[in-house]
Amino acid sequence: MGALAAGFLGALTGLGGGVVIVPLLTLAFGVDIHYAIGAALVSVIATSSGAAAAFVREGYSNVRVGMFLEVATVVGALVGAALVLHLRVSVISILFGIVLLYSAYASITDHAHSGANAKPDRIATWLRMDSTYPTADGLENYHVHGVPQGFGLMLVAGVLSGLLGIGSGAVKVLAMDKAMKLPFKVSTTTSNFMIGVTAAAGAGIYLSRGYIDPGLAMPVMLGVLAGSLLGARILAGAKVRVLRLVFSGVIAALAAEMIYKGLK
Amino acid sequence: MNEQTDRRMDEIIGRLLQAGVILAAVFVLAGGIVYLARHSTPVTNYRVFQGEPAELRTVPGILHEALALRGRGLIQLGLLILIATPIARVAFSVVAFLYERDWTYVVVTLVVLGLLFYSLLGGHG
Repeated sequence: MGALAAGFLGALTGLGGGVVIVPLLTLAFGVDIHYAIGAALVSVIATSSGAAAAFVREGYSNVRVGMFLEVATVVGALVGAALVLHLRVSVISILFGIVLLYSAYASITDHAHSGANAKPDRIATWLRMDSTYPTADGLENYHVHGVPQGFGLMLVAGVLSGLLGIGSGAVKVLAMDKAMKLPFKVSTTTSNFMIGVTAAAGAGIYLSRGYIDPGLAMPVMLGVLAGSLLGARILAGAKVRVLRLVFSGVIAALAAEMIYKGLK
Repeated sequence: MNEQTDRRMDEIIGRLLQAGVILAAVFVLAGGIVYLARHSTPVTNYRVFQGEPAELRTVPGILHEALALRGRGLIQLGLLILIATPIARVAFSVVAFLYERDWTYVVVTLVVLGLLFYSLLGGHG
């Protein structure tokens, strides 16, 4: 089932399953985009929490960075969920496509990830964000950078999440990977961890507006959950490069279809 | 410094998330079975957006439907538990940061928690 694949990919790339769920439901099954976004948000929480449980115990995610940035994503999500009422379906579709295209583009352009970020950053030090993560040679220290830029990007990520029913994992990973220079696996898992909270903020509003339909959310949530458990299991041994390629290929294809549908 | 407490906190958070998701999945699955058993023809029309009835939108309404063992109510309750899981995680973090006397993060976490409650309870439009 499609939901299974979505959960698998979502956990694997730190994207959250929503990016795959919304296009699948609207394009393949012709579901109204509001229902699709509602179901996707729910599935996003399931993916995030299901996978985060496994990641957190392996010591990958950075709880402090996550919690700090959640202020931005949650505010954004509330704004996004409020905006969705006032936008037309075609506008949402096109926006969705553009966001997907951007994420695909951004993730393949930067190859030079500076692994050696020796200098500590002032704000990050004050917020005690620096931490360690497990590598092949034991625990490795890393420093966090660009806190204000990261925070700003997270606001955007939150708005998109509330508006489009996606985890905005793509933007979150970009913020942490590029702006804050966290190690890739730390940013994917921390992002996964944050996605649940962001999506919960959006989902609360969607639920009270009646956008979440039990008959639709049920198969989506169960399928995505099963898929994400599989995905989390594989990440620990996966190659970063392969992850990025899978990530960009899938979303570029979906983006093209969403834009095409929005323009029709 | 507080590396050990941090580790332990991570572990408890991990278990909390897991428990919440499993509990939610059990309710959704149970509700799904009831729902499908009663509606042998599940051809609901999702092409046109109508919005859910009032009893499936609010926390008390959902509880009432679930207690009546209606399929849709049970599923919705499961989804509510799912939404509550990350919120519980944030609430737990407040306690953990308090325990570490990490005041900066106590404040940060309380802000997040407040916003989440606003969305779920105060966000009824």
